Amino acid sequence: MYGWLWHRLPGPVVVRALILTLAAFAVLAACFLWLFPAVAPFMPFNETTVGE
Amino acid sequence: MAGTTMTEAPTRRSQRREGRGRARNTAYGIVGVVGELLITLGILLFAFLVWQLWWTDVEGNRAQAEIVRELPFEPVPTQAPDEAGAAAGPVVAEPPVMAEPEHATTFATIQVPRWVGEPERPVSQGTDRATVLDVLGVGHYEGTAMPGGLGNFSLAGHRTTYAKPFNRVAELQVGDPIVLRTTDNVWYVYRVTSTEIVLPSEIGVIAPVPGRPGEQPTERLITLTTCHPMFSARERFIVHGVLDYWAPTADGIPAELLGGA
Repeated sequence: MYGWLWHRLPGPVVVRALILTLAAFAVLAACFLWLFPAVAPFMPFNETTVGE
Repeated sequence: MAGTTMTEAPTRRSQRREGRGRARNTAYGIVGVVGELLITLGILLFAFLVWQLWWTDVEGNRAQAEIVRELPFEPVPTQAPDEAGAAAGPVVAEPPVMAEPEHATTFATIQVPRWVGEPERPVSQGTDRATVLDVLGVGHYEGTAMPGGLGNFSLAGHRTTYAKPFNRVAELQVGDPIVLRTTDNVWYVYRVTSTEIVLPSEIGVIAPVPGRPGEQPTERLITLTTCHPMFSARERFIVHGVLDYWAPTADGIPAELLGGA
C-alpha cells in the first residue's frame, strides 16, 4: 500500500519524503480537529454522567 | 537452471508452478496491505490517546482562560498582601444569592488556593458534557443551591482531560478555602469539611442536606464532584464544604487568595 504510494509519487526521494510527511501531518490534523472530537462521546471510558 | 527451463516449451507442470507463484505473490500482497493497515490503525489509536489525554487539556485551558477574561466582572481594588486591613473581610449580613441562570451560562469563577498554579476556572450552569463540562469547565448541578444559598451548591468537573479543572481534588484538606466569585461581583469563601469516595449512583451527596434527600437545609454548603480513580469513571470523589463568609468584590481580594494567607 505505502510502497505503491511511494512509487506513484513524482520527484526525487527528498521531494517524495516531504510530500508524505505533509500528507501524514494533514491526516493527523484532520483527526485532531474533526474525527477524534466526533468519536470521543462513543468511547466507553467517556460515560461519566448518571441520570438523576 | 531456471534459464534452461525457460527456453523449453512451457509444460503443464511449469505453468502450474507459475500460477502457484502468482497466487503466492497475491497472498503476500494482501498480507502486506493488511499489515500496513493494522500499523496505521495502531498509530491512529495512539494519536487518539494523545488527543484525549493532552490536546483536550490544551484546548480547554485556552478556551476557559478566554471565558474568564470575558466575564463582566467589575475591577477588584488591589492591595499589597501585607495590608491585611484592606483585604475583603467577612460581612455579617445574609449572603446575597443570585437566581439560577440559563443553561450553559457562565455565572462565576472558582479558585482553590491549595492548587498552586491552577488558573481561575469558569463555573457554568448545567452538567452535561457536550454543552458544559467538555467546553466550559466546571458545571453547576441544575436545581441545587446557588453560591451562598441555603442548601448545597454542587459542582461537577473533569478529573482528567478537557482541561481537568478538578484534577488535584485529592490534595484538598479539611479547612482549605474554596473561593467563588460571581458575576454579581460577590466573593463566597467556603471551607472544606470532608471528602469521600462514593459510587456514581449515590446522588444523595448533592442533596440540600448531603446524604439525607428531602430534608430542609439549614446550612450553606458546597459540594465538588469528580471522577475517581483518575482515568476511570468507576467511582466519584466528593468534597463537602461550608460557607465561611462572603464579601463584595469592591472590598478587595479575600485574604485567602493573597499568597501565604
